[in-house]
Amino acid sequence: MSRLQDRISAARAEGRAALIAYLPVGYPDVPGSIEAMVAAVEGGADVVEVGVPYSDPGMDGPTIQQAVDVAVRAGIGLRDVFGAVRAVAAAGAVPVVMSYWNPIERYGVDRFADDLAAAGGAGAITPDLIPDEAAPWLAATDRTGLDRVFLVAPSSTDARLASTVAACRGFVYAASTMGVTGTRATVGDAAERLVTRTRQVTRLPVCVGLGVSDGDQAAEVGAFADGVIVGSAYVRTLLDGRGPDGVRALSADLAAGVRRVGART
Amino acid sequence: MTALHPPAPGVRDLPARPEWPDATGHFGPYGGRFVPEALIAALDELTEAYEAMRLDPAFLAEFDRLQRDYTGRPSALTDVPRFAEHCGGARVLLKREDLNHTGSHKINNVLGQALLTQRIGKSRVIAETGAGQHGVATATAAALMGLSCTIYMGEEDTRRQALNVARMRLLGAEVIPVTTGSRTLKDAINEAFRDWVTNVATTNYVFGTVAGPHPFPAMVRDFQRVIGDEAREQVLERCGRLPDVVLACVGGGSNAIGIFTAFVPDAAVRLVGLEAGGDGVQTGRHAASITGGDPGVLHGARSYLLQDENGQTIESHSISAGLDYPGVGPEHSYLHDLGRAEYRPVTDEQAMEAFALLCRTEGIIPAIESAHALAGAMQVGRELAEQGGSQPLLLVNLSGRGDKDVETASAWFGLGDHTAPTDADDRAVEAGRGADPGPGLDTDQQPTEGAVSNDDAVAGPDAGQQA
Repeated sequence: MSRLQDRISAARAEGRAALIAYLPVGYPDVPGSIEAMVAAVEGGADVVEVGVPYSDPGMDGPTIQQAVDVAVRAGIGLRDVFGAVRAVAAAGAVPVVMSYWNPIERYGVDRFADDLAAAGGAGAITPDLIPDEAAPWLAATDRTGLDRVFLVAPSSTDARLASTVAACRGFVYAASTMGVTGTRATVGDAAERLVTRTRQVTRLPVCVGLGVSDGDQAAEVGAFADGVIVGSAYVRTLLDGRGPDGVRALSADLAAGVRRVGART
Repeated sequence: MTALHPPAPGVRDLPARPEWPDATGHFGPYGGRFVPEALIAALDELTEAYEAMRLDPAFLAEFDRLQRDYTGRPSALTDVPRFAEHCGGARVLLKREDLNHTGSHKINNVLGQALLTQRIGKSRVIAETGAGQHGVATATAAALMGLSCTIYMGEEDTRRQALNVARMRLLGAEVIPVTTGSRTLKDAINEAFRDWVTNVATTNYVFGTVAGPHPFPAMVRDFQRVIGDEAREQVLERCGRLPDVVLACVGGGSNAIGIFTAFVPDAAVRLVGLEAGGDGVQTGRHAASITGGDPGVLHGARSYLLQDENGQTIESHSISAGLDYPGVGPEHSYLHDLGRAEYRPVTDEQAMEAFALLCRTEGIIPAIESAHALAGAMQVGRELAEQGGSQPLLLVNLSGRGDKDVETASAWFGLGDHTAPTDADDRAVEAGRGADPGPGLDTDQQPTEGAVSNDDAVAGPDAGQQA
């Protein structure tokens, strides 16, 4: 078992999906971002994805890039991430790092794994790393016992679904729509089909990201997924200047959504 | 294994495809696929279609027909003796990709990829562009083949290359200025990938250079290798021997790979890639990824790139929009590490000197990108002259023409009025004084008897009527 899987399974035992919040380190600044992450936990997030700023976030939409650009220009990097990881753990949620691959490779794969484990991180989500290219990361996570979360997509073939989930530990990240991150008016049924297909090849929790922006959508996704991942809506809250209070309120709305009576059958 | 453009039988054995990349797109430690899972199916589909098409006689015949009748291949090989006087006395041959339809080597690749798009049944193409040459070429191929076309271009570049923006729009393409990040080519690539992830069911990404995730580096190389395959044969025919040095500018590196590939097995031929040195590599304001960067991952592949200690991409700087890119194709990184090709920086100043020199010695206005290769020929030619020996033979890929760069060059050399007319200009015209055209480029120019001077020139609609 893993810490991510344990926490998501605990939520499942309560008859609900887990709430997974994404926030990048360094927006509006490092202390401000840590404060926001703690607020997200206080509002009800089970897991926090601690985002590593990156100059070329090809998987992210304009909302996240706008915030991350500020952190990149301020020179925020991986070494600033471990403090946030510790703070999230202290607040009672499970911290998992979300990073594009180059910052990790530049920092050193083994050094990153050691420092992340020492800071109390559960593992990392790597959106632009596929298992085919991940040999050093697989070795480092095996050595340290960290979780490693890879993505599956609606376009993934059955063979790729099987090989990708076989490399995952902690949970499987289902990118629910074909597209980049950003809040959407409707979640669509591509996500549910993808979760169903993924469940056929793994017993790991399957969490859905890309598109959820409020409690109603969280309830909708929580009805079929083991975890609801919310990123852009949190970042939008900070960009709009609503600060930690706004983040706490959003978390509370989303946490109520995943607990909505009858949401999960 | 058959190459795309085998020369006539008997002239030369069919050119071998290099033994790299491997089946998953790795050039030694470089290349590969570092992309979101959502793109893998599209990349697999593209790889499979390309591998089938590469050997399909019907495709090869259609591609050859387009290259001949539409692009105008084979492109000429031009001796440039007056320019060569500035290259230590070497003999210099230019491979004239500037004479291709649309004005650069970029058309070679887009015709192949546009045919591939039709074959996999997609109706829309997207592309990134820096200088605008790849965007123009893609818009051209889309118009030719009836495909919908969207071009992503950094907002900064849309200003530097306004002429090419207008060309793309005339050709029916939608041009989207990119306002994220540094607003240049790397950000245009990010946006194009985002579009592709979202619209992959209907859309093919026509990547412009030998970078990006597999299969782009290998596929674009195969579409561009016609440059070197032709040039090798032309040089042998004209000179009876292989060149001593082959030179090309390197941004992403497609024109360089295009001319290098045929010569890679010829161990005695030096391959020299000229990177954009900007203000000088030591200033940090440059785009020389191999000379001044480190291996890392950018835009879907591992290769040399400009990055800081956090692994953030550093913004590149070059007078040439087409070379202003902080990464480089993975095959170049591999050729560098193997020692098969050498890479050296050329500063803005050196490139512009070569640019001016080719204009006034040979009557050819090169693209500023290609001027970097010309500057390399001047350096290498002089170095070889110092070493003595027989006259060296240099082959330079003149990858594009300089029409798009006239404004930049005019500003650089202080020629005439390179900005929009102002009220002061209008008043000067009304007062009978045109805007000052500035000094000519050639300080050695002698006044020619009977020539029309500025004072005598007849402007506008009346020109020519007095003759």
